[in-house]
Amino acid sequence: MSVLATVRPDSWNFPLFVHVLGAMILVGGLVAGASALAFARGDAKLLRLGFWSLMLVSFPGWVLMRLGAQWIYSQEGFSGDNDPTWLGIGFAAADIGLLVLLVTIGVAYWWRRSGKPLAGHIVAGLSTVYLLLLAVAWLAMAGKWG
Amino acid sequence: MDFDQWMLALHVLSAFSLIAGLILFWVLIVVGRNIDTPADTLRLGPVARVGNATVGIGMGGTILFGVYLAFAIDGYAIWDGWILAALVLWFVGAELGRRTGAEYIRAPRKAMELEEAGQAGPNPELLALNRTSRGVLLHSVTSLVALLILIDMIWKPGA
Repeated sequence: MSVLATVRPDSWNFPLFVHVLGAMILVGGLVAGASALAFARGDAKLLRLGFWSLMLVSFPGWVLMRLGAQWIYSQEGFSGDNDPTWLGIGFAAADIGLLVLLVTIGVAYWWRRSGKPLAGHIVAGLSTVYLLLLAVAWLAMAGKWG
Repeated sequence: MDFDQWMLALHVLSAFSLIAGLILFWVLIVVGRNIDTPADTLRLGPVARVGNATVGIGMGGTILFGVYLAFAIDGYAIWDGWILAALVLWFVGAELGRRTGAEYIRAPRKAMELEEAGQAGPNPELLALNRTSRGVLLHSVTSLVALLILIDMIWKPGA
């Protein structure tokens, strides 16, 4: 229990704030985008809303989250040798997540332009995969696995 | 992970759900500014319901797991200044959120009235309701309160 109550040095707070805020914006954009796309059923306006949510909210959120992560990583003095497991999972989820996010944005754009149902199924699948990836990262980081 | 770590993880997840909902509503507010027809207004309804659900889960989870953690963790107490500040901000945010919701429900209600009256075309009154500046102000202050809670949780002033 005392580990949970540990107060971190003040210099770590702002990078952590940037990291958490970025992650929240990323999730917010993803939820907004995925919801709009899920309810679109071919409607051009909702498809556009979904695409732009991913593009203009999720992606900048990812950038902020990743910048904050790298910043606090250097503040905490990790070097890559014997880093804790939760950190590795967090970075893996962030970096693989970028790939998933970019492909999702690309397919959402294709869906918006073509209206093909297949693109919708791919976007739904990728969004689910990405949310699962973020859930694993959330569990690993909150529980400080390893 | 022990039980308290799960409670902390769920507290954090709830906070993510809350902020995700607020961001979703920002997206809808921006999009809504160009909407002047009943059909387009009502089309946003299912997405708004996702926002309502995430904000509801977020509000409930943050207070429930947060209060549990304040009692369960040795180093914290419910009367710690930063925890009391978070509680006050949570109640202020809840009230502001309720008022924001009341402001933005007026547009879909008007849209339903117009649809029932057979008026499917652009309507200036509906556009004005979708562009409500009072709603934007309320949602801005609600978002600011949520941001202050996040800052309070990270910096834990006085802890």
